[in-house]
Amino acid sequence: MSSPEQWTRPEPGAGPAATAAEPTPEQVIAGLRATTEGGAELTQLLNPEGERLASAHFDPYVSDIDAEALRGLYRDMVLVRRADREGNAMQRQGQLGIWVPLLGQEAAQIGSGRALRPTDMAFPSYREHGVAYTRGVDFKELLGIFRGTDHSGWDFQAHGFHPYTIVIGNQVLNATGYAMGQKFEGKVGDDDGEATIVYFGDGATSQGDVHEGFVWSAVYDAPVVFFCQNNQWAISEPTERQSRLPLYQRARGYGFPGIRVDGNDVLACLAVTRWALDECRHGNGPVLIEAFTYRMDAHTTTDDPTRYRLSDELEVWKHKDPIERVRVHLARTGGADQEFFDQVQADADAFAADLRDFCFNMPDPPPERIFANVYAEPSPVLEAQQREHLAYLAGFAEGGER
Amino acid sequence: MTTAPAAPGTRTLTYADAVREALAQAMTADERVFLLGEDIGTYGGAFGVTGDLVHRFGEERVRDTPISELGIVGAAVGAALTGMRPVVEIQFSDFTAQAMDQIVNQAAKIHFMLGGAATVPLVLRAPGGSGTGAAAQHSQSLEAWFAHVPGLKVVMPSTPADAKGLLLAAIDDPNPVIVLEHKLLYKDSGPVPEDAARVPLGTAEVRRPGADLTVVATGVMVPRALAAAERLAGEGISAGVVDPRTLRPLDTETILDSVVETGRLLLVQEAPKTCGYVAEIAAAVAGSRAFGHLRAPVGRLCGLDVPIPYAPQLERAAVPQVEDIVREARDLVRRW
Repeated sequence: MSSPEQWTRPEPGAGPAATAAEPTPEQVIAGLRATTEGGAELTQLLNPEGERLASAHFDPYVSDIDAEALRGLYRDMVLVRRADREGNAMQRQGQLGIWVPLLGQEAAQIGSGRALRPTDMAFPSYREHGVAYTRGVDFKELLGIFRGTDHSGWDFQAHGFHPYTIVIGNQVLNATGYAMGQKFEGKVGDDDGEATIVYFGDGATSQGDVHEGFVWSAVYDAPVVFFCQNNQWAISEPTERQSRLPLYQRARGYGFPGIRVDGNDVLACLAVTRWALDECRHGNGPVLIEAFTYRMDAHTTTDDPTRYRLSDELEVWKHKDPIERVRVHLARTGGADQEFFDQVQADADAFAADLRDFCFNMPDPPPERIFANVYAEPSPVLEAQQREHLAYLAGFAEGGER
Repeated sequence: MTTAPAAPGTRTLTYADAVREALAQAMTADERVFLLGEDIGTYGGAFGVTGDLVHRFGEERVRDTPISELGIVGAAVGAALTGMRPVVEIQFSDFTAQAMDQIVNQAAKIHFMLGGAATVPLVLRAPGGSGTGAAAQHSQSLEAWFAHVPGLKVVMPSTPADAKGLLLAAIDDPNPVIVLEHKLLYKDSGPVPEDAARVPLGTAEVRRPGADLTVVATGVMVPRALAAAERLAGEGISAGVVDPRTLRPLDTETILDSVVETGRLLLVQEAPKTCGYVAEIAAAVAGSRAFGHLRAPVGRLCGLDVPIPYAPQLERAAVPQVEDIVREARDLVRRW
């Protein structure tokens, strides 16, 4: 009765309380894990040291992931990280208005994104560049948004990837509605069922939108996976400002399962998301996944995290790097050689160089673009304003002001 | 913006510093005053307005809240009902959309629905406006939403001194007051009184007298209108500039007095034209003693009826700039 699990299990009534007057060393370690590593209930298949951990429940969901597939996930993460760093650098050079870094969250995004099928639908917030990549959205489309020359230009239905949502938590309601539609259209209930996944952060869990999405999806049995990337910080506010208990445990109050996965473990994220989507496909949704991870960079390029958090924390999380553990595992098991790693790095550099070249040469939007897409059909008021505006600009071209 | 030499009892402060000083003086004078919002503590506010206040007044009185605007305003309404003086910061005025039920259906209505048995002395500060490259959901000018709701007062300070004086008056006020600051003005400097002098709500200010034309401008359009008036003066056109400062209640008389003198009126706002706030001023003039003095149609120069674009060059084109005001004013005077 003094197992580490019992000692650290936070919810009341879930089992006997710890009885030992003084915790054993194992209990102390488990307690530390609960606060710094995601807790005893963290699902992990590949630990930070690159060791494969067995899981009777989740191993079947990744039984197809051989060395080749794992090399693919590694390559995805390296490319996405490289592109993310390039986005950050281009913002610093004034080529992008803003950039929202995903650094540190590659495994959560690639693992969950690769769990999706083409018929599934994903609703991102604004940091999900990695998920966008797995959905076949051209990274250049993302650059257009952050450069301000375009709006979410991809065909979101064809890609199964909704436009970015900037206002915190809104997309959770949209995703719930979409998932309800999948159910009402009879696309749920067997192995070929559809499902929806929605991405949000730890901060968003305080928004009413998220709670309303939980309620609606629960009472309508909507096939939606709530994928919360708990990156520990909502701009300057730590997760303690949003919740008293681990976020995944919130699901219980709404009547559906919640699970915490190591968000820096691409294999575990893939397995857990496949399981959750599977539940949804068969009509057993919704499911909440808390991917326990860390925002290694700023909230956005307008943010300076040194104002509110200590670098020690960053150093600790560097040891849990999502990419490095896969590299170590592949190297140790003979799943990849140095030539492979070098090739991936070269591919990533080429990928970034292509993005940079594209970004620097994006055309400026024409002035008439302001009036486009305000309404679905032409608007006489806007057409008049457009005529007036273009005539005004033409006046400058003809020799300046009178 | 012009920076006049500081008069006795004043110093030059930025608009953001002036807001912070008002908060600090109000908190020092009245322990019921406290702040709540997102990232206003250690971080000092997304625009640095609250700055070091958390270190001076503690985390109880400068409260970082969970990320839920409805919760922030709802909690503040509850606190105000008990006699506290909450000052809410909504990080971008666009996010008031998340809190609208508490603002419109609770804060604005409670005094009325309880037959006067309770008051809601709540202040909600929020930065609005475009010009910082913050795109469609972080750049709106939503003053007309609030000004349309009976029970709310609405303030739009355009100078550092007013940012302080109007905020202090808003904190004193027994009604819910929406204070719409402007992101572009935060770094503007100007003379600000050292003492906690109030600028009474509902008083307009004649920023510049004029003989040929009255320009009524709100928010960031005030400094732009003043710059335009300066250029127009070089062309021999005398343009006066009136800053309403409070949109509700509106000081109509000051505007009418000026229109009676000039006979021409140009209304300038950043918000989109259709159903915009300045249409209310046009209607007020049309139905007033000033109507017979008008020598020209009332001009309205507003933002385009579009969401604010992200591309910098389009963003700039979507709202009035100094040269636009000059052109509209010149046309009104020359043609009529």
